[in-house]
Amino acid sequence: MTEIVGFCVAAVVLVGASLAVVLTPNLFHAVLWLAAALVATGGIFLLLDSPFLFAVQLLLYAGGVVTIVVFAIMLTERLVGASIRQTSRFVFNGAVLAAAVFAAIMGFVLQGGAVARPIAGGDQLRELGRALAGPFGVPLQLLGVLLVIALLGALYFARAED
Amino acid sequence: MPLAAYLVLAALVFVIGLFGVLTRRNAVGILLGIELMLNAVNINLVAFARFRADLAGLVFTLFTIAITVAEVAVGLAIVIVIFRVRRTIEADHLDLLRG
Repeated sequence: MTEIVGFCVAAVVLVGASLAVVLTPNLFHAVLWLAAALVATGGIFLLLDSPFLFAVQLLLYAGGVVTIVVFAIMLTERLVGASIRQTSRFVFNGAVLAAAVFAAIMGFVLQGGAVARPIAGGDQLRELGRALAGPFGVPLQLLGVLLVIALLGALYFARAED
Repeated sequence: MPLAAYLVLAALVFVIGLFGVLTRRNAVGILLGIELMLNAVNINLVAFARFRADLAGLVFTLFTIAITVAEVAVGLAIVIVIFRVRRTIEADHLDLLRG
């Protein structure tokens, strides 16, 4: 019962905040709505018995990504000297295409049968740590290399002109 | 809640993000739409991991979250550079590579 209520609340917040992200004219407000959507996604992760991913979501997405985007907006806005209003174009075409993609995905979802939800078992965090250190060890190292390269590249792009 | 409920929710968020990517003119607005789409993918991964009791979905979610952070950092750096050079981040005006 609590799961149904929690899912409905998280789903309504998530869909509403997502719509606000793509529809609000003020870019800064859009970022704040994105933060709300990301926190609601974290709530969905909690409902799926993944508290660790909830923490990662809050730290990296809602904390890190939103902060970076806010910084970028403040930088460009300050350079322009005016509040950035953003307009949309091709709204009708975009809505039609989005609806078509949604219908196509629904076709696949409806084809799949119902899957029973297994009982949550064991210490998920411990198993996750073992998986990251064992079978997924090499991808994890590559991920570290990717992060270093990406941040160095971003630093190179955004360095001060001299 | 059944698995389908999570999949429908993820699909909804995905198409909303797609709508944003298609209709936004501002480059930062397009990036926000991409964020929404990646977020929907994460919901799918975690839902399948939970319902199939398979840990790989959670590991992949961790990877996509980290890659998204790197993508946002590089994307916004590019946006700032473009803004410095062209004084605009309207995607319509950035047609330097148009043939």
